[in-house]
Amino acid sequence: MQSFQEIIFKLKQYWADRGAIIQEPYDVEVGAGTMCPETFLRVLGPQPYRVAYVQPSRRPADGRYGDNPNRLYKHSQLQVILKPSPDDIIEQYLASLEAIGIDLRQHDIKFEEDNWESPTLGAWGIGWQVMLDGLEVTQFTYFQQCGGIDLDLVPAELTYGLERLIAFLQVKDSVYDIEWAKGVSYGDVRHREELQYSVYNFEMASIPTLWKLFGLHEGEAARLLAAYDPKSAEKKRFPLLPAYDHVLKCSNLFNTLDSRGAISVTERVGVIQRVRKLAVGVAQAWLDQQQEVAA
Amino acid sequence: MSLPFLFEIGVEEIPDWMIPDALENLHVLFEKLAIPHESVTLDATPRRLVLRAEGLPERQADSQERVLGPPKAAPPQAVEGFARKQGIKPEDLVVETTPKGEYYTFTRNVAGRLTKDILAEALPGIILKIYFPKTMYWTGRSGPRFIRPIRWIVALLGEEIVPFELAGVRSGALTSGHRRLGAKEISVTPADYVQRLRENYVILSAEERRNRIREGLAGVRVKPDPALLETLVYITEYPTPIVGGFDPLFLELPEEVLVTVMRHHQKYFSVEDAEGKLAPQFATVMNIDADPEGFVRRGNERVLRARFNDARFFWETDQKKKLADRLPDLAHVTFQAKLGSYRDKTKRVMALVKELGGKAPAVRAARLCKCDLSTELVKEFTELQGVVGGLYARAQGERTEVWQAIYDHYKPESMEDAIPRHLPGRQVSLADKLDTLRGCFRVGLIPTGSRDPFALRRAAQGVVRIIVEGKLDVSLDALLAPDGAGHARPLQANPFTPQPPADPPSPDLPTPDVGAGHAPPARPDPLRDFLADRVRFYFKEHRGFQYDEVNAAMAAGWSNLVDLEARLMRIQKLRPTPDFEPLAAAFKRIHNILAQAGFTGGGTIDQSLLEPGPEQELYQEFTQIAGQPIENAISKLRPKVDLFFDKVLVNAPDAAVRQNRLTLLHTLLAEFSTMADFSEIVTNS
Repeated sequence: MQSFQEIIFKLKQYWADRGAIIQEPYDVEVGAGTMCPETFLRVLGPQPYRVAYVQPSRRPADGRYGDNPNRLYKHSQLQVILKPSPDDIIEQYLASLEAIGIDLRQHDIKFEEDNWESPTLGAWGIGWQVMLDGLEVTQFTYFQQCGGIDLDLVPAELTYGLERLIAFLQVKDSVYDIEWAKGVSYGDVRHREELQYSVYNFEMASIPTLWKLFGLHEGEAARLLAAYDPKSAEKKRFPLLPAYDHVLKCSNLFNTLDSRGAISVTERVGVIQRVRKLAVGVAQAWLDQQQEVAA
Repeated sequence: MSLPFLFEIGVEEIPDWMIPDALENLHVLFEKLAIPHESVTLDATPRRLVLRAEGLPERQADSQERVLGPPKAAPPQAVEGFARKQGIKPEDLVVETTPKGEYYTFTRNVAGRLTKDILAEALPGIILKIYFPKTMYWTGRSGPRFIRPIRWIVALLGEEIVPFELAGVRSGALTSGHRRLGAKEISVTPADYVQRLRENYVILSAEERRNRIREGLAGVRVKPDPALLETLVYITEYPTPIVGGFDPLFLELPEEVLVTVMRHHQKYFSVEDAEGKLAPQFATVMNIDADPEGFVRRGNERVLRARFNDARFFWETDQKKKLADRLPDLAHVTFQAKLGSYRDKTKRVMALVKELGGKAPAVRAARLCKCDLSTELVKEFTELQGVVGGLYARAQGERTEVWQAIYDHYKPESMEDAIPRHLPGRQVSLADKLDTLRGCFRVGLIPTGSRDPFALRRAAQGVVRIIVEGKLDVSLDALLAPDGAGHARPLQANPFTPQPPADPPSPDLPTPDVGAGHAPPARPDPLRDFLADRVRFYFKEHRGFQYDEVNAAMAAGWSNLVDLEARLMRIQKLRPTPDFEPLAAAFKRIHNILAQAGFTGGGTIDQSLLEPGPEQELYQEFTQIAGQPIENAISKLRPKVDLFFDKVLVNAPDAAVRQNRLTLLHTLLAEFSTMADFSEIVTNS
């Protein structure tokens, strides 16, 4: 049996062999691999790029105190970005499944329409969920827009849901029974984290503190964005990446407040708009920053 | 020489539900080219849209074209110049008389173009014109848009390639087989195309794929599900059904939940046992030829087990809090920002149910009907809203009428779906939909074109069907008044009963379609017009009445839809009788005469002014049949009306006589217009 980490090694090697840079996870909390600068910002503009990384993705509302065999507060996504998308991208993707030992002549693969959209990021794309014997194992998206900007080159984004995929390969009914490494289960590594974050997110997180933090991060991102000057000769050294970190902080705080039940449905749309405004602002400034100052 | 044409657009997986329309579209676009041909065959799989035609000519027929040269009076240099440009001698020109005068002309023979050239020029445009609800670009910004990336194109006229390029793909003779079981590049001709695909595990014909699924499931008691079957037909190139099982312990969960998980989340057919009860089995369709090791079956069984476990977890969690105790939670669930929470909506629906004559069970159901929105099960399976509420209500001991009304209150969800089974459910469903319609229209959320995020068309269609098919005696006049404010335009707009205008007429406002020229001026009421459209649609498309019958009956009012239906059925019965169309034509004539005279009625008939003969006879006939249904009167009335128009001049020189005749005609028309405005009937005469 291949362990959790062995399968990850193989997938990374597979995409490294196809020209992808192997990045490490981004060190700010995110809800999905798409939100990392390696995707969100790199897909903008005319520069080709290929990257793959495993991103722990936090969804506070999905936490189940470690009790539910299929639902996690934090799951791992293998995120692959190929910009622009090669013509044989689907063949390449299917071969990646073969590379981790899935004999596709003996399994059923279907591509079911599933268009991805993130209102918070002003991003959307067209694609499928890839079903393997009835299990959704990958989200496949051709990005069309990011930060409200039409993309110059259309990247293919592959997001493998690692826990699901590997539980499938290891024939485990619970993600906690996945063998992470020989003799070490997924539960050994992660169960405590699932339990404690569920308690925090659902029961103990201080709502006023989180709102305060939200405001601070929002303010800092907004302050930086307001200071960005497209005409400045020094614009390339302007800290847009740190500004984006603050946007990510806002997004995670929003999700935590939401799971805490602190955001009414009416407020929701408004808060999403606030985060979106910052994300779009960073994307636009970022695109501008890649260009020389107009003479 | 007659040639076969093969055209295949190779695409990454197209959403199944878009494929039949796209094929239809492709066909129309091809026919627009007007290239002569015999049969056309259209086929598709998720990865290819295919048009095949037989008997195309190699080239178009030759034709002649007349080229207009300079006028006869033009200087010789101009004439020579023209001839030179055409490549002929000046003496070959002919002088012709045209509407503009005498001109030199020349008749040129135009050789018919090669069909191949016409196709090569047209096909890229045809591909890009195929309509899809949502498209993408993939070759870069401002690149071509299609439903998914185009990866290959086969375009063959006979053995020859129709050459063109689109999105970096050159047309050719190479198709592609099944993603995993077939070859990536397969050389084809129009003659061997289908067979070559079959050898590479692509069954081109949807019908054949459908049959393959049916035959594969022949021994299994699968619950019929035509829509799911179509999805599976268009999501596979080589469908093979297999049957799996699940732990019978899951059968303790409501069947609705199990079926939804299987149907909507996994695209499985459910299976019944010999008694018609849900069996612990499912059928799924693979996109490969076989599952000899059982990998696919076991994989699907595990996925289903995980899904069912989730559902059981939610079911058990939800039972801990009764529906009635969830009512306060609805204050935190927004219905629509401007229309408040579901708590607010619940209050309005309860009031409306009472207004509709709902008794205690209906009011109780209205109170509880939205409470399932806070349950975990509905959050997970939103399509089960209502149904879950009904199931919980039953489990929590609510009366049968109550839980069934909750269960049914989203019905009918489509034209095919049944209306709620009992009166309380109909009342709750009607109230819920009316509230949504009134509220949304009041705050300006009015559907435009294909944008209808609140599914108001479906809601309005539901309103119409529940009232008509549920035989509910309700007045839409009263109900359509926004939030009961009571300023709706009356629907009982009898065009011959003068009504005081609700507002001063404004030239900017569109005139209502009812009894054109006669209806009282009124403020525009989009909800009323919206509903009128649905009423029309229902009776025309769903019930098969002629459009003019529907217009005629509606022009006499449609506040009471049950009454409208009864009148429509009468018209339908009357229509084939010999007197009907001539009388309808006569009514139309009367209508026009009154409109031209600007006559709106109001007077009484002065018998002394009636001329002996046809006019008096018509009057006498009328007084005898007045008050009777038109069915009894029509054969007697028609000859009198015909005679009247034959012999009597309505537009008499004497003003009093003229006025009296107009009054007679108006009275006659009004008498029979309570059933329908017959002037709306389209007659052949």
